[in-house]
Amino acid sequence: MSGKTLYDKIWDTHVVDTQDDGTCLLYIDRHLVHEVTSPQAFEGLRMAGRKVRAPEKTIAVPDHNVPTTPDRVKGIENEESRIQVEALDKNAKDFGINYYPVNDIRQGIVHIVGPEQGWTLPGMTVVCGDSHTATHGAFGALAHGIGTSEVEHVLATQTLIQKKSKNMKVEITGKLRPGVTAKDITLSVIGATGTAGGTGYVIEYMGEAIRDLSMEGRMTVCNMAIEGGARAGLIAPDEKTFEYVKGRPHAPKGAQWEAALTWWKTLRSDDDAHWDKVVTLKGEDIAPVVTWGTSPEDVLPITGVVPAPESFTGGKVEAARRSLDYMGLTPGTKLTDIRIDTVFIGSCTNGRIEDLRAAAAILKGKKVAPGIRAMVVPGSGLVRAQAEEEGLAQIFIDAGFEWRLAGCSMCLAMNPDQLSPGERCAATSNRNFEGRQGRGGRTHLMSPAMAAAAAVTGHLTDVREMMAEAV
Amino acid sequence: MDKFTTLTGIAAPMPLVNIDTDMIIPKQFLKTIKRSGLGKNLFDEMRFTQDGKEIPDFVLNQPAWRKAEIIVAGDNFGCGSSREHAPWALLDFGIRCVISTSFADIFYNNCFKNGILPIVMPEKVVKVLMEDARKGANARMTVDLEAQTVTTSDGQSFAFDVDPFRKHCLLNGLDDIGLTLEKVSAIDTFETGAAQSRPWV
Repeated sequence: MSGKTLYDKIWDTHVVDTQDDGTCLLYIDRHLVHEVTSPQAFEGLRMAGRKVRAPEKTIAVPDHNVPTTPDRVKGIENEESRIQVEALDKNAKDFGINYYPVNDIRQGIVHIVGPEQGWTLPGMTVVCGDSHTATHGAFGALAHGIGTSEVEHVLATQTLIQKKSKNMKVEITGKLRPGVTAKDITLSVIGATGTAGGTGYVIEYMGEAIRDLSMEGRMTVCNMAIEGGARAGLIAPDEKTFEYVKGRPHAPKGAQWEAALTWWKTLRSDDDAHWDKVVTLKGEDIAPVVTWGTSPEDVLPITGVVPAPESFTGGKVEAARRSLDYMGLTPGTKLTDIRIDTVFIGSCTNGRIEDLRAAAAILKGKKVAPGIRAMVVPGSGLVRAQAEEEGLAQIFIDAGFEWRLAGCSMCLAMNPDQLSPGERCAATSNRNFEGRQGRGGRTHLMSPAMAAAAAVTGHLTDVREMMAEAV
Repeated sequence: MDKFTTLTGIAAPMPLVNIDTDMIIPKQFLKTIKRSGLGKNLFDEMRFTQDGKEIPDFVLNQPAWRKAEIIVAGDNFGCGSSREHAPWALLDFGIRCVISTSFADIFYNNCFKNGILPIVMPEKVVKVLMEDARKGANARMTVDLEAQTVTTSDGQSFAFDVDPFRKHCLLNGLDDIGLTLEKVSAIDTFETGAAQSRPWV
């Protein structure tokens, strides 16, 4: 019998019940909640007269709808958004769950707040009514998105009805080259496997290039596992993980810390574990990348040109034609010749302190190109405070960026931060779908450093050239 | 949840690959705190111009498919966000079944929680069904969950796979939470054990 993967180990630790057909009841250690996908679930509990089974393991924060302009302390202008946030305020209070309201400095994007507050720990099961829950996999936690019916199920039972996924190994060997980041890794993997390449799998990322990443970088990689179709992405915990977790408000302390650490150190895939699928990329082959189309799989190195639809096969030919029409791009155009209107730095993919540092390093002493609208939206109030303390905020402001309050913002444009039809955006978020950042808006996904470089030049730019300048 | 047993209805052809949940129900409609009423905004940005006029080319705006109850779609239908508003919008419009070569995981799960049957078929079968769907209102496709078959308007029948537990729940319109609460003692036992072995959780 072969050994176990990390996913196998976490799964086995959390099985409450197994039916004859293999359907399992899986125990959930942490349930994160935001305002958009939870109101119907709480309403369902009320109608059935049910309580939240484990309110101490349930954490809520409003993030999707909240304005990010400084005047938000005065309240939310959009009525529907306000009602949704008020519903969460009320549900959190009525059901007694942990809550970070909009004006708490700890408020932020749920996937940034969870790790920051030490709610997310290695070996846990973590769910949230949000597909980017995969982010928490960076800690060696089994974390994935669920629908609202499942949110209600977890609230009522602290379990989820699940069938086990298959195991997929994604190995990034060797070292990354200068200017190449976690975002380039995760986009390049999706480019290689396609947006359905991970469907039915849980991915474990491994290899030297993954080990070398900071916790922030690992969160960026796992965050986009869902964009590759996988249920979850995982990275085995190591000293960096333990160092990050230690001392956080909800991390274990004293003897419990020691006990936890002993177990966490066993959380790695056995050498003889069975993998149903293996994908290997060489770290040194990965370039700074951007997306050109309307699917996260539409990835190319920044040195490339807009592809011709005919260069694809099957249904992708028509999809690429539609994408290029939507994006207003002509095949053969150099990617670096694409002019932009807007820059968005933020989101659960790239709204952490390291992301802001990377962007600020490019922007220091420079200005945003004339006519470009540029904004930075920190992932949490604490990230924002830290960036102010480190002097990063001033660099952004001096360069001509708007310095915003924390929230999901223009990643999905549920708040007032939206693109207009035809407006082209260099974005550090995770989805370039049609209309994602606003109806008719055109999104190019990239790393924070690449987005900062584009802000300075006004067109998609190879950040490595700007780094050479700096030397 | 409504039961799903058999369905005979019009199928709309949507061959585009990677139809994502932002297309199915754009984010401006996620601000609701209800489950109902989303059908009028299903595929909103593909279906209507910015000033709310119907886009005549869009399949569900064409007379033949306005009353479609089945969608035959390209690969990877429902990719993207976890929003259950996507199946809610489909259901509210009247769609009870989606057939494709593949579905995104969370969307696939969400369908079963709402009485919608997602069916995975091989590419060559989806091609046949897509052609049948193109016949529009003159044709009716039949989906039989008990027998696990899809039958075209001209009588060609294709078998499909479905998880037995999900099939059982859909056939009987069962509520997951009710089923799980029957196992509450197992959850209690698990929690007691976990409090010993992983007290920091």
